[in-house]
Amino acid sequence: MKIAIASGKGGTGKTTIAVNLAISLGNAQLLDCDVEEPNCNLFLRHDMEEFEDVTLPVPLVDKEKCDLCGDCANFCQYNAIASLPSGVMVFPKLCHGCGGCALVCPENAITENTRSIGIIERSADWSHVDLWQGLLHIGEPMASPVIHQLQEHISEDNNVAIIDSPPGTACPVIASLSGMDYCILVTEPTPFGLHDLKLAVDVVRQLGIPFGVLINRSDIGDSRVEEYCVSENIPILMKVPNNREIAVLYSKGIPFVTSLPGWNNRFVHMFANICEQLSTRAAE
Amino acid sequence: MKICVTATAEGLESSVDPHFGRCVYFLIVDDGSMDFESVPNESFSASGGAGIQAAQQVLNKGIDVLITGSLGPNAFPLISSENIEIYECATGSVSEAIASYKNGSLGRIEASNSPGKQGGKQRNGSSQKNN
Repeated sequence: MKIAIASGKGGTGKTTIAVNLAISLGNAQLLDCDVEEPNCNLFLRHDMEEFEDVTLPVPLVDKEKCDLCGDCANFCQYNAIASLPSGVMVFPKLCHGCGGCALVCPENAITENTRSIGIIERSADWSHVDLWQGLLHIGEPMASPVIHQLQEHISEDNNVAIIDSPPGTACPVIASLSGMDYCILVTEPTPFGLHDLKLAVDVVRQLGIPFGVLINRSDIGDSRVEEYCVSENIPILMKVPNNREIAVLYSKGIPFVTSLPGWNNRFVHMFANICEQLSTRAAE
Repeated sequence: MKICVTATAEGLESSVDPHFGRCVYFLIVDDGSMDFESVPNESFSASGGAGIQAAQQVLNKGIDVLITGSLGPNAFPLISSENIEIYECATGSVSEAIASYKNGSLGRIEASNSPGKQGGKQRNGSSQKNN
């Protein structure tokens, strides 16, 4: 079972929900796919160790063989390779590593080199939650290859794999959601929360992933998020109030299910509810 | 000698466009006869790598001098690798820019002076990350 925690708007509580859900269920794998700023471990405080490097292929042009025809530069949709009167220049940070330039080169002047864009880390030692996280190197623009490689480590051995997605609706989010069984969209009952929730709903519907909404800080703002969910027939999985105790624990980096009674069970029930939704869907 | 000036529209009386990669027009001007050609920038609205495309476009015109307001980190090494002299001018008309170049009042651009798209990328909780 693979569940992604996503949201259109940033700062709605994805990481809080992902970490608390993982702890409540136990024997869980938690993958922090927000590789530009992974922060699940602020709450778990595991010792992390490097598991592997993430590399991308980049073209290497043999100046002896190149006859400056420009086919490589014309082919590249990302402008990562430029053909000039005196030579060819490669811009590695724009390169998506597709290998097309090497294929179209009539002189076979292009071979591929690799460069590191990030790393994958894993809990050095775990008993309850097996945390994996991607870390994009500073200054690198492309998060998606790190996310794809991180997801290759999803294991069938655990109860559940929980994916903490980056915010928004762009490429890194699509990469995080690919292949998921279910998506929990975390939002808040504010005009921004509603606006960005609608964008996120469009994405998960296009991807064909079953989903539900979790309303965080549910007693602020107004009722429009709830009215929207009802009118769109979207299940509301849980409401987490704007509670001072939760905020204090958060500020200390303590997952609230470990301190506030009753919440562990609520997360377990939410998971059971999701499993039921999926089995009903499968039966239809 | 062929001088390329980035411009917001066609013709010598149009304003200098301060951006290289995403300028609207390139004016390719012969400084002797003042004959000119107005070439639309094909990468004006490119999603990424606009400076790289723009540099290839003007270099293939065989220019000797470039006058613009700013160049990004990708366009600068391309233009300078072809030994093109780059001068800074971000305001006024194209003909005024050429006159300033001729009387020696324009300063050289010796390094990238714009952050470009990647360097200027801001992090924000709800930002869209298009890669």
